[in-house]
Amino acid sequence: MAVTDISLAEHAPDVEVTGAPARFLRAVLGNKKAAAGAVILLVMVFVAAFPGLIAPDSPHATIYAQDAAPSSAHLLGTTQLGEDVFSQLIWSTRLTLLVTLVVSVIATFISMIVGVTAAYFGGITDRTLTVIIDVFLILPVLPLLILLAAYLPPGVTSLSIVLIITSWAFQARQLRSQGLSVRNRDFLVAARARGERGIYIILVEIVPTMSSLLAASFLALCVYIVGFAAALQFLGLGNSGQLMWGTMLYNAQQAAALEAGNAWWALGPGAAVALLGAGFALLNYAFDEIGNPALRPVRKRRRSRRRRGRAAA
Amino acid sequence: MRYLTRRIGLFLVTLWAALTVNFIIPRVMPGNEAQAVLGTFRNINPAALHALQIQFGVNAHQSVLSSYFEYLGNCLTGQFGVTAQGVPVMSEIGSKLPWTLGLVGVTTVIAFLIGTLAGVASAWYRGGRLDAILPPALFIVSTIPVFFVGLLLIYVFAVKLNWLPLGGNYSVGATPSFSASFIWDVLKHALLPALSLVIVTSGLWVYSMRNNMITTIAEDYVKTGRAKGLPTRRVMFGYAGRNAILPNLTGFAMQLGYVLGGAIVIEYLFSYPGLGYLFYTATTDHDLPLMQGLFLFYTLAVLVCVLIADLLTAVLDPRTREA
Amino acid sequence: MAEPLLEVFDLVVDYPTDTADVRAVDHVSFTVGQGEFLGIVGESGCGKTTLLFGVAQLLSPPGQVVAGQVVFRGQDMVRLTEDELRHMRWRDYSVVMQSAMNALNPMKSIGAQFKDTLQAHGSPSDDEIRQRSAEVLNLVGIDPVHLKSYPHQLSGGMRQRAMIAMALLFTPQLVIMDEPTSALDVVAQRSLMNKIKELQLSLGFAVIFVTHDMSVVSRYSDRVIVMYAGQVAEVARTETIFDQPLHPYTRGLMSAFPSIRGPRRELAGIPGTPPDLARPPTGCRFHPRCPEVMPVCLTKPPDLYAVGGTQVRCLLYAEDKEKEAV
Repeated sequence: MAVTDISLAEHAPDVEVTGAPARFLRAVLGNKKAAAGAVILLVMVFVAAFPGLIAPDSPHATIYAQDAAPSSAHLLGTTQLGEDVFSQLIWSTRLTLLVTLVVSVIATFISMIVGVTAAYFGGITDRTLTVIIDVFLILPVLPLLILLAAYLPPGVTSLSIVLIITSWAFQARQLRSQGLSVRNRDFLVAARARGERGIYIILVEIVPTMSSLLAASFLALCVYIVGFAAALQFLGLGNSGQLMWGTMLYNAQQAAALEAGNAWWALGPGAAVALLGAGFALLNYAFDEIGNPALRPVRKRRRSRRRRGRAAA
Repeated sequence: MRYLTRRIGLFLVTLWAALTVNFIIPRVMPGNEAQAVLGTFRNINPAALHALQIQFGVNAHQSVLSSYFEYLGNCLTGQFGVTAQGVPVMSEIGSKLPWTLGLVGVTTVIAFLIGTLAGVASAWYRGGRLDAILPPALFIVSTIPVFFVGLLLIYVFAVKLNWLPLGGNYSVGATPSFSASFIWDVLKHALLPALSLVIVTSGLWVYSMRNNMITTIAEDYVKTGRAKGLPTRRVMFGYAGRNAILPNLTGFAMQLGYVLGGAIVIEYLFSYPGLGYLFYTATTDHDLPLMQGLFLFYTLAVLVCVLIADLLTAVLDPRTREA
Repeated sequence: MAEPLLEVFDLVVDYPTDTADVRAVDHVSFTVGQGEFLGIVGESGCGKTTLLFGVAQLLSPPGQVVAGQVVFRGQDMVRLTEDELRHMRWRDYSVVMQSAMNALNPMKSIGAQFKDTLQAHGSPSDDEIRQRSAEVLNLVGIDPVHLKSYPHQLSGGMRQRAMIAMALLFTPQLVIMDEPTSALDVVAQRSLMNKIKELQLSLGFAVIFVTHDMSVVSRYSDRVIVMYAGQVAEVARTETIFDQPLHPYTRGLMSAFPSIRGPRRELAGIPGTPPDLARPPTGCRFHPRCPEVMPVCLTKPPDLYAVGGTQVRCLLYAEDKEKEAV
């Protein structure tokens, strides 16, 4: 910078530090898409927590007419065995949501540890970990999932394990990049000078600065987990006795529900899976636009109507 | 050059990892289970049986390590064992390959084109109606699980409207030939599966393309292009579009694994006898060699595409050519 | 006085945001004569770059020209459609951006970028393209063999020169430059500025030169505009501004820099920080930091007042009756 640079005549302004949760809340409420996502998720959580309030029938009770079409008594019809589909749908929410969240939390955690460790230690550690991440990224997910799940006893635990194994690498690269950008900042050098150990620095100093990326990664992972879990169960690799949307889909498919007249036995859980995934994806919009202001929506003004295509550069 | 050798190295490591995964898994199974599975196999000649036993570590005459190397050797020479019906895995894969190749190949190309054009256009005319509707719509659609899209399409078009067949790749009793009627039959059967895949995978691509495009448009050289008075289309595609796609070619290839997974589910849903359906039946039959062969095949397919994408990037992007 | 080349009247550029509109350029007017070198100085965030792009009709969303006129060669560019503008772009006026590394397409060779410019405004033959490209490179002192090079293969100084060469492809009457030397080291800076001045004098084009470096301005420009908080604070001939700065802000700037030859003295900075343009101060925007502030400054926004050949936006120079508090 030249000695005659004007900016030398000025004092640097103070940087305002606002809390992350407040910023997030503002971003969500201000962004229509994110707000919609939040609403969907809140509804899901409510349904998962209090299924009895909405569907008092027991989901396993095979007391109704079989293969009934939707009616006022049975909003989504009944299954081949006479169970109420709507009831099953509601009661499946809990386990589905639980598995999704638990798997995503664990996978995001592993992802973060691997990514930040690679970024922080650099050198041979970084190269090794990056290769491992890349390998897991290239290996086709569903085939690997199927291969692993086929060998394990069917059930939620196996499902969770194989999902974690195949999805932890998903966001690891982004977390590593973020870690790299933070690595040489002064406060970290100070921590090293104080003699803090690597793992301490990683967990206590670096990770908190990445909170919004972590949250965004977690949500993105949720979207995929919801879909993959359902797909695996749909293919028959889950435990059809456990009440989840994916297992409902499997049972419906086995009973050829679409043709038998109670199509909602299949379409209901399918729609639920899509809705939950959409909820996570929409909420994630809040982060995309916080992080990259260039992506924020552009307010239209009347005047520039005469210039089409001018919206670029 | 270093860039390419690094990528080829990654290719080899991933291949090795997939082979090793295949090797380890049956050994993690309890011993008598593997034996029981082998017992269900029919028409196996002794040599093939021996190879499978090595693979599964059933009759452990050898140490694990020597079994491992013999297994690797078998794989490198293309011997992937036989299926539960005694048919060589390779030929089984080979017979079903064209159907999946056709389905996935065509849909991927179409989805790529749709996604790219939609992404480029909506980023360029940002804030316009196109941008307000298309990317969020396509993106939300891409988060819908592919089987749900398939289910909906079946319900609407096959069950309710009865316009298109429920499944299979051609009508029962039809004889394969190159006649126009047979081809039409095939297309009719492939339409819904293809549509499901295209809908979901275009969405995957459009969002990242749009975001990359927006970032690229903000680059100064695009502004310069406009300042120079170049025609809009020229700047949009030649300056912004081309530069936005190129770094993402590899990322796109890596998403192929996800697309292949989607194809498995779709083939199952539509009983479409391609590799995906084969994988499914192999799973229900506990046909381990076939499953492993397919897994390897899928991995190889993704790797080859990634390598091609890397090569294209290296050739087209002058910045990577520095030795 | 000769017919001015460019006249800007009351230009207003806004950036609409979620919360409020930020007025980056607030009713700025100025003229540029034929062959004149006009420097625009101000600190970061004062709106000078936005002004530049507003004049060149190159704003990126969400920025927009909201009011005013930019009259160039008899036409108001703000009112022209993109197609009409396209015809004028680069032939009548060109733009040199701050960082050539970013402004040149990394995927195309220098020659290819010259070529598509030449082809956008006519149908030259391959020979003509090659000839003109080599000509402009020679003008800036680059060996034409570099037409085949890619931007990342050139040094920083060479890249900037290549950009300037590209800007001269059609020998436009006006070249707009946005801090083209700030990415260079001091020696390369001097060399590039000398070259620019030399070309300007020999080819006769006018230059609008935005910078935050006062020394560049003092040495090469004919007239200087000092911007503050989106407004013109002072406009005068270069010697006048440096010898007799009138606006307290300009005076603050002058006293902030050491002189190599002058006596040693205490350097004074300008206290305070530049204002937030979403909520500018009432009255005169500089009043919170002004050492000569008067009570009326807090309420009455000053106009541009003429003092000799200078125009200055400061109530110190207003008619006495205007100095009464409103």
